[in-house]
Amino acid sequence: MSTDTPVLEAQIGGGDYQFGFHDPTDKYVFQSRKGIDRQIVQQISEMKNEPAWMREFRLEALDIFFQKPMPTWGGDMSGLNFQDIYYYVKASAGQEKSWDDVPEDIRKTYDRLGIPQAEKQYLAGVKAQYESEVVYGSLQEDLAKQGVLFTDTDSAVRDHPDLVREYFGTVIPSADNKFAALNSAVWSGGSFIYVPPGVKIEFPLQAYFRINTQNMGQFERTLIIVDEGASVHYVEGCTAPTYSSDSLHSAVVEILVKRGGRCRYTTIQNWSNNVYNLVTKRAKAYGDSLMEWVDGNLGSKLTMKYPAIYLMEPGARGETLSIAFAGKGQHQDAGAKMVHCAPHTSSRVISKSISKDGGRASYRGLVKATHDAHHCKSNVVCDALILDPHSRSDTYPYIEVNQDNLTIEHEASVSKIAEEQLLYLMSRGMTEAEASAMIVTGFIEPLVKELPMEYAVEMNRLIELQMEGSVG
Amino acid sequence: MSSLLKITDLHVAVDEKPILKGVSLELRQGEVHALMGPNGSGKSTLAYTLVGHPKYEITSGTIEIDGTNINELDPCERARLGLFLAFQYPVTIPGVKVADFLRHAVTNIRNPERKEGEGLIPMREFRKELKERMEELGMDLEFARRYLNEGFSGGEKKRMEILQLAMLQPKFALLDETDSGLDSDAVRVVSEGLKKLSGPQMGSLIITHHERLLEYNVPQFTHVMLAGKIVETGDAELAHELHNHGYAAIRERHPAEAAEEQERQAKAQTANAGI
Repeated sequence: MSTDTPVLEAQIGGGDYQFGFHDPTDKYVFQSRKGIDRQIVQQISEMKNEPAWMREFRLEALDIFFQKPMPTWGGDMSGLNFQDIYYYVKASAGQEKSWDDVPEDIRKTYDRLGIPQAEKQYLAGVKAQYESEVVYGSLQEDLAKQGVLFTDTDSAVRDHPDLVREYFGTVIPSADNKFAALNSAVWSGGSFIYVPPGVKIEFPLQAYFRINTQNMGQFERTLIIVDEGASVHYVEGCTAPTYSSDSLHSAVVEILVKRGGRCRYTTIQNWSNNVYNLVTKRAKAYGDSLMEWVDGNLGSKLTMKYPAIYLMEPGARGETLSIAFAGKGQHQDAGAKMVHCAPHTSSRVISKSISKDGGRASYRGLVKATHDAHHCKSNVVCDALILDPHSRSDTYPYIEVNQDNLTIEHEASVSKIAEEQLLYLMSRGMTEAEASAMIVTGFIEPLVKELPMEYAVEMNRLIELQMEGSVG
Repeated sequence: MSSLLKITDLHVAVDEKPILKGVSLELRQGEVHALMGPNGSGKSTLAYTLVGHPKYEITSGTIEIDGTNINELDPCERARLGLFLAFQYPVTIPGVKVADFLRHAVTNIRNPERKEGEGLIPMREFRKELKERMEELGMDLEFARRYLNEGFSGGEKKRMEILQLAMLQPKFALLDETDSGLDSDAVRVVSEGLKKLSGPQMGSLIITHHERLLEYNVPQFTHVMLAGKIVETGDAELAHELHNHGYAAIRERHPAEAAEEQERQAKAQTANAGI
């Protein structure tokens, strides 16, 4: 095995977690003081030189954040102290169009993560967000010529104010939940994508989110508008260093898929296990469109994430494929929401969770149909694999239906690795660890095969890393 | 020199219940042995014990390969020493493709010192070999892309076991009722397949109720088990006789074991009635 690959180097930095290394922070351009109040929010808005409407939007959201109580369901958030977090950290002066212009420390990080390499090989565009701001951005020229917009959301507020103002906060209002309110108040960075009618983007657009500072909060805000008959595949990856104290990642992702459009949003989150990952993701899918969430949750201390699809008009389809891996000290509370707001809409959820070394994986899902959503179909399949007796899996399916004329299927299974399966593979020369990893890889294969090849390889590699040294 | 699998006075218990009560047997590379006996006599127990099923506890006796005691080795280590069991009921491994599984297995067996994470055998070489073996066994190449045993018919599963045998080329092959539950065409394919693989490099222990497999693979030795012991050892003629006349004569010749068998069956019936 060669020892000069960036990934291996990165592995050494963080023990079990391969991206646990961190960079020096003394050259940063700006770092807010810890904690949150009106002054901090105003300061963020000023730093960004925002229009008044956005500042007002932030301040209103801050009030809502203070008013809303902490959720009492889901995971344990008692370790989360809102006043012990840096809400805005700017590491470099601006966004660059060439990796050569990105400050060296930061560029090295992305090199280690393999982003520039991936960009050359199979991506149509890249955004790299480091701490609060996007430090690098690119988009293939022909896509730009066709009117595709792929920029960070801050720039979009400045450069495309009409589009942003029309849709920002319409899919997920600030009052939706406490963390959506928090994001609305202090958001920074994130991706803004607009795909004009009929434009089909063949290769994925990718964003990569990296937290570097201890006690940092990352609050990116992503808005994707897929116009009629257009299509896009957006991919995001996330990592953070391993610190002894906690970080918070609380994103808001809003997506609109107009008539006949198609959007696939693939996330492979691989946070270190000191990150609270509390994310609100929601899409509205209009007539005959297709919205797909492919959601891979590895790492983090606690993840609470339930990508939602509101099926707004007849013919809209929603699909969520979700994989959660809960290791030692981790709680993955993940799932999906499908809201049928119109007749003749359909949804499908496939969720696979794995828990190991005392980890806890919960599926929490909602299927809802409004009064006039007749002739709808929904199919939910949750499979859990528990690798040892200390680990735990739960399923919380919620169904709210005001309509008789629809089909909802829900299947859930929980399995343990069978002794007979281990024996079978081991009797063919696999070690116990190899056999377990093979069974786990097979378990998630139906989802992994939906990923583009490069991500499928990455996903399998991450699973293997999680499994290594775990048995025997 | 040919390798030797030597089983000496083997006692095995499952959940503290003794099943094997002193089995001794020597299997050399290149030999074909048949292992027969009525249901519940301990044939499958012997097979599982040899490959290291954790549920089967060796209470006394030894299993040796070329003089090395393998009692304490796990199934992986035993496989790398050249032991192979064609399972009577192969399990399904969902999501794992036959080709991926076999490439891992072949790599590990041929390079027993391989550390985890080290490279697998080259894809081209592996594919070529797999294709040849599959063609020899009359298997559709499509099987390589299917998930291991998922949705396979009984015959397909058994053929998959023989394919694994062909790819892994073990020193000692244990076949646990590889011919059961198959129609006569499938039995022929499996029997011919095994015959092709047999040779001076492989010793076989064939557990069977039927004669067909043994027609193609004529045993030099036939062992008969009753109540956890090998009560008789003969040649191919003994297998033939048992097939034609059943185990009545065996029970007559070994009244003590026959009584024990009956007692065990009665106990099992009582236990079942209790449920």
